[in-house]
Amino acid sequence: MALKDLKIVGKSVRLRDLDTHVRGQTTYYEDVRIPRMLHLKMYRSPHPHAKILKIDTTEAAKQPGVVCVLTHEDMPGKKTFTPLAAIGVAPEDEPILAFDKVRWKGEPIAAVVAESEAAAKAAAPKVKVTFEELPAVFDVEEALKAEAPIVTPWGKNYYQYPDDHAASQIRYGDVERAFAEADHIVEDKYQTKPIEHAPLETTGCVAKPEGNGRYTVYTNIQALYFALDNTAAIVGLSPAKLRFVGGTVGGGFGGKVDIQVEPIATLAAIKTKRPVKYKYSREDEMRVSSTRAAWRIYVKDGVMNDGRIVARKITTYQDAGAYIRLSSYGTMKHAGHMPGPYTIPNVSVDAYCVFTNRPPSSAMRGFGVMSGSYAIELQMDKIAAVTGVDPWQLRLINAYRNGDMKAHRKAADDAALVETIQAAAQLAGQALPADFAAMSSDDRKGG
Amino acid sequence: MTTKVLRLNVNGEDTLVPVGPMATLQEVLRDKLELTSVKVGCAQGGCGSCSVLIDGELRLACLTPAEAADGCTVTTLEGLNESNSIVPIQQSFIENYAAQCGFCTPGMLVATKALLERNPKPSRDEIIEALSGNLCRCTGYLPIIKAVEDAAAALSGKQSA
Ligand code: FES
Ligand code: FES
Repeated sequence: MALKDLKIVGKSVRLRDLDTHVRGQTTYYEDVRIPRMLHLKMYRSPHPHAKILKIDTTEAAKQPGVVCVLTHEDMPGKKTFTPLAAIGVAPEDEPILAFDKVRWKGEPIAAVVAESEAAAKAAAPKVKVTFEELPAVFDVEEALKAEAPIVTPWGKNYYQYPDDHAASQIRYGDVERAFAEADHIVEDKYQTKPIEHAPLETTGCVAKPEGNGRYTVYTNIQALYFALDNTAAIVGLSPAKLRFVGGTVGGGFGGKVDIQVEPIATLAAIKTKRPVKYKYSREDEMRVSSTRAAWRIYVKDGVMNDGRIVARKITTYQDAGAYIRLSSYGTMKHAGHMPGPYTIPNVSVDAYCVFTNRPPSSAMRGFGVMSGSYAIELQMDKIAAVTGVDPWQLRLINAYRNGDMKAHRKAADDAALVETIQAAAQLAGQALPADFAAMSSDDRKGG
Repeated sequence: MTTKVLRLNVNGEDTLVPVGPMATLQEVLRDKLELTSVKVGCAQGGCGSCSVLIDGELRLACLTPAEAADGCTVTTLEGLNESNSIVPIQQSFIENYAAQCGFCTPGMLVATKALLERNPKPSRDEIIEALSGNLCRCTGYLPIIKAVEDAAAALSGKQSA
C-alpha cells in the first residue's frame, strides 16, 4: 500500500471534540452538577518514614460542617492494594489509608468529609496522629545497602522479579570477553530527576450513591476499568454495583493512571449516603500525585575504532518511591530498551526497581524509556567523541536492521531507524556521505 | 457570617446572587450560575483557566472576591458564544489545532477576545504578552499563538496577513 492510499497515516486529523472545546461545552468530571455534595480532604503524613502509634480523629470530627472522618478502621476488607494486581503485579503493598506505618511525606492517613470544601480543609489538620519517626532513605544506591532502613513490607528495598531476581535482567553474548577485545571502553553515569505531570485539571472524582445500592463515580482517571475493579475490591462491592463515568481528561500524561481518589471517595459515599467529591488542590497535585521516576544509569560500552559497539553493560536504578504502582513494569520496559535501537552482540543489563521514602513515582509518557534514551544518546555522543566517528554516522553504523535480534530476542521486522536518521539529517541540513545516504533498514552493508 | 445579595449582569442577563463573605467570583459563576466554561486549574491565580471579562476587562475569577464584582457586567465564554465576533477566533483555534484536552481553551479564548478588542492587530510579542497568564500543558504555545494571529487577520479583514 502506498502512502497516498492511507487515510490517516501521514495526515493531520482533527480532534472530534475541538468544536466543544472552543465553545467551553466539553464536560469534564467536575462539570457534572450534583446536588448536596460533600467534600473530602486528606490528612497526610508530615514525615517521610514513621510508625503510627495512634490516630485520634475526635477533634477533627467535632469541627463545624464535618460529617465523618475515615481511617483504616473504616476499610471493610483489605487495607492495601496495588493498581496492577489484576495482571499479576504483587504484592499489594500500598495502604488505602495508612495504618501501621507511613513511608512517604504526604501518605494519606485520615479522610475528612464535610459540607463544604472550606470546612473539610479547615478540619483536616485537626486529626491528631502520634508518630514514632524512623530513619529514612532517599537515594537508590543507599537504599540497596545492607544497613539501609527498610521501606517495604517484604523487607527488601527492591522489587522482586520472578525467580526472586533483584533486578530485571538481560543477558546475551559474552560481555567481558568483548570488553577485553574492544579498542575503547566508554563509561559514564547518567541521572534523571522526578518530573511532575502538572495537568491543568487536577486529579479528582465525585462518587454518588444512587439509592439502590449502586454508585456512580464521575472521574478523570485515565484507566477507568482498572479504577472500577480496584474500587470494587477495596470497598467490598461487586463491580456490577459500580458505574464509572469517564470522559475528557483535562490533561493526564500518565499522571492520572494511579487509582488515588476513587476508592476512598466511594467509601465515603457509602458511609455518608451522600455524593462525595474528592479533588486534589493544585498544591496536592504538585506535592502528592505520582511523578515520573528519577533514574540513575551506569553505562559501560566496548567500542571498536570504526564505531561499532561490541559490548554494553548496564546497571540502572529506578526510584519507585515508597510503593510499586506502575514502577516494576516501567523498570522492565527500561531494561528492554537499554541496548537501544542499536545492534550490539554482547549485552548485560541489570535494572533495579528500588524503594525509597520519596513520593511514589509511576506512569508518565514513555516512562522507563525516555530516561533510557536520554542516557543512551548522551553515551552515543560520548562514543563519537572518543572514537572520532561522526555522531550521525556512528548511529547509522550501529542502527538495527531488519533481521537483527532485538533485546527480547525477537528479530526486528519493522526497523526504520536508518531511514529516520537519514530524514532527520536532511531536515537538519546535514550532508551524509554517499554510502551512508544509501544505507537501508533492509541491508546491513556498511553497518 | 453575613450573606450579601450581589447584583450582577452575567452574559447579558441581570441576576441577583446571595453570597457568603469568602466566596470568589469563580464559585458564583461555576457553582451557582452553572457556567462551567470557567475552569478551576489552580484557584490561586496561576493558570488563567478561569479567565472572564469584568466590565470588558480580562480578570481571573478565582482571585476576584464575589463582592468586588457587585454591580458589574461579567462575561464568560458562554456569553461570548452568543456573539458573532467570537466565531473567527474559535474557527482559528480549530484550524490551528490549538487545543488538545481543552481545559485551558475557554480561558485562552476569553484572553484572546480581550486582546483583540483592545488591539485588533497585535504583534507576535503582544500576543505572547497577552496570553502569558494562561497556561497550557498539552498543546504547546506555538499553535495557540498562530491561532490568535490568524484570528486577528481574519477579524481585521485579512489586510494584515
Ligand atoms: S483557576 Fe484562576 S488562575 Fe488558575
Ligand atoms: S489543551 Fe490541555 S491544557 Fe491546554
